[in-house]
Amino acid sequence: MTNHWVDIRNANLILSMGGNSAEAHPVGFRWVMEAKEKNDARLISVDPRFTRTGAVSDFHAEIRTGTDIAFLGGLINFLIETDQFHHEYVREYTDASLIVREDFGFDDGLFTGFDAESGSYDTETWHYEHDEDGFARRDETLQHPRCVFQLMRAHFSRYTLDVVQSVCGTPRHKIERVWNMIAETVVPDKTMTILYALGWTQHSIGSQIIRTAAIVQLLLGNMGMLGGGVNALRGHSNIQGLTDLGLLSNLLPGYMQLAGSEEQDYQEYIAERARAPLVPDEVSYWRNYERFHVSLMKAWFGEAATEENDWCYDWLPKLSVNLYDVLHTFERMSQGEVNGYFCQGFNPLAAFPHKEKVTASLSNLKYLVVMDPLSTETAEFWKNRGELHDVDPSEIQTEVFRLPTTCFAEENGTIVNSARWLQWHWGAAPPPGEAKPDVEIIAGLFHRLQAMYREEGGPFPDPILNLTWPYRRPEEPRPEELAREYNGWALEDVYDENQNLICGRGEQVGDFGTLRADGSTACGCWLFAGCWTEDGNQMARRDNSDPYGIGMTLGWAWAWPANRRILYNRAGARPDGTPWAPNKALVWWNGSRWVGADVPDFPVTSPPSAGLGPFIMNQTGRGQLFARERMVEGPFPEHYEPFETPVANNALHPNNPLSKHNPAARVFEQDRENFGTLEEYPYAATTYRLTEHFHYWTMHARLNAIMQPEKFIEIGETLANELGIEKGDRVRVSSKRGHVDAVAVVTKRIRPLQMGDRTIHQIGIPIHWGYLGETKKAQLTNALTPFVGDANTQTPEFKSFLVRVDKL
Amino acid sequence: MRGDQINLQNITARSATSPPSPQVRDGGVERVTKLIDVSRCIGCKACQVACSEWNDLRDDVGECVGVYDNPVDLSPNSWEVMRFNEYEDEQGNLEWLIRKDNCMHCAEPGCLEACPAPGAIVQYANGIVDFNSEHCIGCGYCVAGCPFDIPRISKKDSKAYKCTLCSDRVFHGLEPACVKSCPTGSIMFGTREDMHELAQSRTEYLHGRGFENAGIYDPEGVGGTHVIYVLQHADKPEIYNGLPNDPRISPLVDAWKGVTKPLASVAIGLAALTGFFHYATQGPKEVPKEEYDEVEDAETHEEDRT
Repeated sequence: MTNHWVDIRNANLILSMGGNSAEAHPVGFRWVMEAKEKNDARLISVDPRFTRTGAVSDFHAEIRTGTDIAFLGGLINFLIETDQFHHEYVREYTDASLIVREDFGFDDGLFTGFDAESGSYDTETWHYEHDEDGFARRDETLQHPRCVFQLMRAHFSRYTLDVVQSVCGTPRHKIERVWNMIAETVVPDKTMTILYALGWTQHSIGSQIIRTAAIVQLLLGNMGMLGGGVNALRGHSNIQGLTDLGLLSNLLPGYMQLAGSEEQDYQEYIAERARAPLVPDEVSYWRNYERFHVSLMKAWFGEAATEENDWCYDWLPKLSVNLYDVLHTFERMSQGEVNGYFCQGFNPLAAFPHKEKVTASLSNLKYLVVMDPLSTETAEFWKNRGELHDVDPSEIQTEVFRLPTTCFAEENGTIVNSARWLQWHWGAAPPPGEAKPDVEIIAGLFHRLQAMYREEGGPFPDPILNLTWPYRRPEEPRPEELAREYNGWALEDVYDENQNLICGRGEQVGDFGTLRADGSTACGCWLFAGCWTEDGNQMARRDNSDPYGIGMTLGWAWAWPANRRILYNRAGARPDGTPWAPNKALVWWNGSRWVGADVPDFPVTSPPSAGLGPFIMNQTGRGQLFARERMVEGPFPEHYEPFETPVANNALHPNNPLSKHNPAARVFEQDRENFGTLEEYPYAATTYRLTEHFHYWTMHARLNAIMQPEKFIEIGETLANELGIEKGDRVRVSSKRGHVDAVAVVTKRIRPLQMGDRTIHQIGIPIHWGYLGETKKAQLTNALTPFVGDANTQTPEFKSFLVRVDKL
Repeated sequence: MRGDQINLQNITARSATSPPSPQVRDGGVERVTKLIDVSRCIGCKACQVACSEWNDLRDDVGECVGVYDNPVDLSPNSWEVMRFNEYEDEQGNLEWLIRKDNCMHCAEPGCLEACPAPGAIVQYANGIVDFNSEHCIGCGYCVAGCPFDIPRISKKDSKAYKCTLCSDRVFHGLEPACVKSCPTGSIMFGTREDMHELAQSRTEYLHGRGFENAGIYDPEGVGGTHVIYVLQHADKPEIYNGLPNDPRISPLVDAWKGVTKPLASVAIGLAALTGFFHYATQGPKEVPKEEYDEVEDAETHEEDRT
């Protein structure tokens, strides 16, 4: 979330799209209800189904799954052409005025630089035009034909109401109603918050859907504002912490990056990331990259990391492919290129697409280690379950080790919530049986590996032998010790530029501004610096005082970065430093510094007259309407059809097969033959979860099983009538990859979509239930889903595919 | 609210009992009310889980019958269930109306009126209607006496069960478990006066949101209830899964009382009881002899009829 849960109550309009916030986040949803009641806010739900969110929304609009870019792209066009965008905000706080290179272009769905053979882009042309000093050229009048604003306007001019209707299937009057309601928040004293979740991320165009939403919010001046923002409601407890700590294959903690294999030179690695401003004098905060990187290396390798050895840069793995995401790993496993797999807090057989392929891949392993508090389908992938999971154990040689772990309630620690808050929690019960914390299991593995390297030698032992392990009981690192390490401490006395001592040797650093690139500080995750200072564990704070009465409780727990609750909050004030509107006052300039209800996201003594942009992490200091080379399929979002789509072609590019689907999506050649066609599988399907369950865990809990005991699918009344299916009938849903049997919930809440002379039906398929636990037994939903991922994040396209439905 | 509302001196009505209830204590007990604002409910079932947890109830793992409702009905082990209703108005506007269904704690409770077992059903000064299972004989008259179809007889012990409004929690100054668990503030609890004031403001809010017929459900036919709803369409309570428009205690309850107490006319009694004992599925265990015979007769009639 750019904002936070409680702040939702400050919104005047809540757009729940790409997620079913009431269903999946019922507790956080209380703030939506508060906004409606205390702030007279309206709630819009845009969803293929009329959901639990729809039940309490002020307006609901149905949409075809996977067409959100068209819906929002049309909105962008509408806002610009009806002059309902925030002129001052757009001019001052976005890159609208920056001029793009002359050779950049877009033609029939493809940006310049596309290589059809590799399915990727050369992004050389996706940049601003630079002046002789290396800064982007600008036209503050926004009239230059190649300024970002004009290019964006031209790009989205194709998204007319007619086009949007024909792509999304949403009735025209509903599209217009939603657009008009949203446009009303362009005034300074009204804000819209956008709540989204996996309904946006789990598409082959997922990242670009979110980009489109960000453009909308920038045009309306809703970023950095009280009750505004683009807010990801995270799908798992601590999935936010997972990404913060760099547990994706291409990341280091704090969103620093692993180098590619071509980046063997340390200085070049740093220079590429410690980027200089593209507009004179801007902050471009990532300029400090080396401070964070060196501090991380000191935390990892201690005295072994020195300036002379480039802080152990050569010890870091270098990526030979862009990233080793799960799709990639299972693809390699299916090819027999992976022979061992540690599966920690992950149940890929149930949670990953194309179960048949995952089963075959796991069967290729020599060994599989599963660390989990529960018995998982993955750990028993080799077991025959009849028609629920039909495998031949005699053909599977994989050796499976099951290591029971504690669950969150059995250990101290912290979970980062969607709002970036780290809230310390204390174990409530001892773990059962032989269950151990994950940290202890990993520590045991590490010590054994290290001993083997020490005693028997082996290739490249340095990073293992020199890993810092400063824990009092080496076999049982404590969560408190890890938290202190993530915060970081001074290895030498640290002074500021005026030679004032700001952190004595051995002391916990107070913030990431203290970190140094000279080896005098160690920090396990720069973003978490400040979470455990000399004043103790800041995450354990429980002061809920709210001095401004706007839900800003800075004394409750701790939020990254720097305990800041609303990102980009400088943009919540006018260029002159006064709030855009009295009811939206968040931070402001008091004549000598930035102050207010939040920790300012800005150099606190930089006066408005200096004119720095509020988006300090960006090289431009501005919100990026133009993503440059940072998105792999293009600097502007474009609608592409899901890889399995119920329409014959992409209405925006009917004659270009290359731009029917995302041209840069993650898809492996052999998976293409597993995509079904419209003729065989005529209905669009989408998957989701229900309030009563959490993925595949709560099937093991009796009360959850009672509340929702048996697998069902949802089907609209019209289609059910056509197929002769009645409520409660058992049906089989099939895709090209497999089938599931379930009870039919026949509902008015899924309406057929009229698209030209075609009627499109959508099928809803909850992800829950399997063949373990307390619920009625069923096949796993991911027997159906396709093995294709988003072009940027590789997140699988769980939300849009094709099925057929047969009555059993 | 005070914590001493529920004790034996604060019982104001007691089933099948002639001596008057205790009257010495002087005031101090306010009537309580649970307010269920249907317009705020997202149907998450947190209240159902909280109810099961607090009351140590575990129903069977059932099955899906083609709707979100589960368990599909009230049972001796499920004292409340969410009822999901898809409602389309004349203009084709769709609403998903989700009503939490549980005991209404009537001011004039039909169950208590009907109950022949002394002290098996009591009403406290704060308005809560509670089943004292120790005295329950499992006759099922309460089922027939309830205009909301709430009590259920257990096959395990042949006793009737229903929501207690967490009388044990309220005794200790706590709100009912369902109220505590509700994430959207759809369920609220307080004095009758406060809850009516809140319900009124919620109704006005809904009027402002285009729900012209929003209103409070607090039916007069049972003397008002200590569980009240705010409905978006108070003019059509039946669209909320058959919430009765004008619930009243079945006249047969009075007839039955008229018959059994003085034991006047067996003929009239039988005629009335044929209808009345429709719900009485379990045989009584400790019914006085004369009542026992009549119940048997009635059940025989019932069997004949089906």
